[in-house]
Formats: sequence, C-alpha cells, structure tokens
Amino acid sequence: MAEPVSVAAEYLAGSRARAARTVLGQVVLPGEELLLPEQEDAEGPGGAGERPLSLNAGARSRVRVVCGPGLRRCGDRLLVTKCGRLRHKEPGSGCGGGVYWVDSQQKRYVPVKGDHVIGIVTAKSGDIFKVDVGGSEPASLSYLSFEGATKRNRPNVQVGDLIYGQFVVANKDMEPEMVCIDSCGRANGMGVIGQDGLLFKVTLGLIRKLLAPDCEIIQEVGKLYPLEIVFGMNGRIWVKAKTIQQTLILANILEACEHMTSDQRKQIFSRLAES
Amino acid sequence: MAAERKTKLSKNLLRMKFMQRGLDSETKKQLEEEEKKIISEEHWYLDLPELKEKESFIIEEQSFLLCEDLLYGRMSFRGFNPEVEKLMLQMNAKHKAEEVEDETVELDVSDEEMARRYETLVGTIGKKFARKRDHASYEEDENGDIKPIKAKKMFLKPQD
Repeated sequence: MAEPVSVAAEYLAGSRARAARTVLGQVVLPGEELLLPEQEDAEGPGGAGERPLSLNAGARSRVRVVCGPGLRRCGDRLLVTKCGRLRHKEPGSGCGGGVYWVDSQQKRYVPVKGDHVIGIVTAKSGDIFKVDVGGSEPASLSYLSFEGATKRNRPNVQVGDLIYGQFVVANKDMEPEMVCIDSCGRANGMGVIGQDGLLFKVTLGLIRKLLAPDCEIIQEVGKLYPLEIVFGMNGRIWVKAKTIQQTLILANILEACEHMTSDQRKQIFSRLAES
Repeated sequence: MAAERKTKLSKNLLRMKFMQRGLDSETKKQLEEEEKKIISEEHWYLDLPELKEKESFIIEEQSFLLCEDLLYGRMSFRGFNPEVEKLMLQMNAKHKAEEVEDETVELDVSDEEMARRYETLVGTIGKKFARKRDHASYEEDENGDIKPIKAKKMFLKPQD
C-alpha cells in the first residue's frame, strides 16, 4: 500500500496541482486541484508556481469537459470534493472532452435528477404522496404521475407500498419530486412494486457495481433459481423468489458479495448449486 | 381682468399626454430629452470596471448516469416475471442501440407483394360498385381472372 502514502506525502508537501491524466485510477483526496489536459502545456514541465497563461492560450479551442460526482469546477481546474479513485470516460460520439469523476463509497444517498430509486410511501395528503427515499427530505409524488392516471382514475397506492420511480426535481434548495412515468407518458417498469419480497439496504457503490454491464455476480445469481430483483440507486434492493428461504439466501448473497473476493463467491455459488 | 392673466399650469400638467397632442414635434422632443436627463441622473450605478464573463467549458453534473453505463434497474431471471424480462430486453437494447447508430428500416411487406395484392383488390372492390348492367364486364374465367371487356351491343339503325 505504498500508493496512498506517497500521495499523502506529496499532498502535505505543498499542494501542487497535478494533471488529471496522470492521476487516473489513483486515490485522490478532497482539496486537490487537477489540471485538464489543455492547461498542462501552459504550465510547463517544471512549473510549480502560478505562471500566467500566455496570450496564445485563448486561441486554443476549448473542449467541453463534464465533471461528474466528487468533482467541482474551480476556475479553470477541477477541485476534488470526495476521496476515492479518479475515473475518466472518453466521449462516445466525439463531441466534448469526456467525463471525469471520483469513484467513492458512501451509504447516505443524496437525491439526483434522473436517478431511478425505490421509495416507501409514508403519507397521503391531498393530491400527492410523500415517499421516503433515504434522503434528507421525503420526496413528493403526484397521483397524476402514473401511467393512465386521470383525475377520476386514481392509482391504487396505499401507505407502506414500494414505489420504483425517477426524480424530476432534485437539488439542494427544493424538495425532491419524483414521477413514475417517463417523458413520453409510459411507465417503463416504474410504479408500484408488487406484493411480497424483501427490501434491504446496501452501499451506493455496490449498486453501481452490480448494475455494471459486465457484472458476473448478477449473471451467476440469475442461474440459481427463478427470481426478480429491483435495484434503486438510493442503496435499496428489493428481491423476490418463490419461497421465503430462497429470498433470504439471495438477500444474504447480495449483501455479502461486497466484501468477498471472486474465489470465495464462486465457492459459495457452487455450494448453493449443489444443495 | 381674468382674461389678461393667463392661468399658469404646472409642469406636471403640461407633461401629461392630452396636453402634448397640440404641441409641435420639436417641443415634444425637447421635453422628452429633459425627462430622460432627470431620470438618468437619479439612477444609481456601480462604479466598477467591466467584468468580462468567462465562457466556462467545464460542466458540472452530479449524476452517475453520464459516467457509467448502468443497466436497467429491474431484473427478472428464469421467467419469474415475463413482463419485466420483456422490459429488460427493450431497455438494454435501447441502451446498446444508442451506441450503434445503424438502423435500417425493414419493410414488413415487399413492394412487389403489395402491387400484387392491390391488383386483385381493384377487381373485387370494383365489382361491388358496378351497376347490374356492368356486371357482364366482370365475369370471371375458370381461373378466377377477370375476362377482357367485350364490345357493348348497341342498337343499330337499319339502313333503309
């Protein structure tokens, strides 16, 4: 583990802004500044100070860069706000300079627009439902935001039901609002989640790991027995299988797979497949 | 006595619209300019140098959707919930289709087949709207094809 030690030493020695390209995949700490590829040339190889940019800098065409979760814009540079590994994704269709973000781990969810989450209905007041999504405030869900809902035809939602929906408004100044309908008016799998099953909580990083396109865990789990899973980006997972025992096994596997190596996981799966 | 002295009207009264209809355009302009001067002197302004707005090329997004390609959140395996399995195929295919922009519109029925179908349709619908006398022209062969139209028999005037 020499990596984080050297990083910390450098950081304490007098924070010099590093180029984002050289730090990809390494641990970054909050407070560090990162230079984007264009600014590296201006700073030069030995430039530790604040050399002013030459007039030619303005003539260079600026490429739009997106700074994702864990990063903030600080003048022309990126400022790290969470500790984790720095990641980068190249732009697919060629426009823009790609996305930089910090891959961090946390259990507390902060509502973000566009995220699909599982919520629990806590109250029904007038025309809206109050849904607990694990954030600082309960989100509001209007009864008209379900597929095929009209003023006369109200959706059948009771207090205590599980809802799978997405956020349309989610910022630090306003109460989050969610809907169970997409922009075309179709449900697309959102709405009330059916009867039975088990809801449990995991860390946010695990959800993203399980939802990655090439996740082995999900492929192996799917081969065990018929089951249904719903993942909410707020750290909540709902599972359902034919018997209670199978449901509980599934819940335990998903909770434990965060801390297991792939060998241990394969052992467990083979043992399960036998029994 | 009263006619000698002109009643003095106040400035505000003179500035009103109905009093200005009779004025010349020049006097109107002068009055407007005077008004503007009064207003601009009263307005407050900041005595700062002009700040140029920098065009920021870094966009801040708090969502992980842009960063990582995540699959659709609802999953079902081995036929537990067929609707969700259909949805899975739809949503994940949409997600892949965005990467590969190579869609060719496939025709369900080829053009030739359409032409053939229409050919037979014209005959059958035409029969429906033809009058009784015209039914002769729609007589069918052994094969079911419509016979060619024969020349109509008309009254021939006898040549004396």
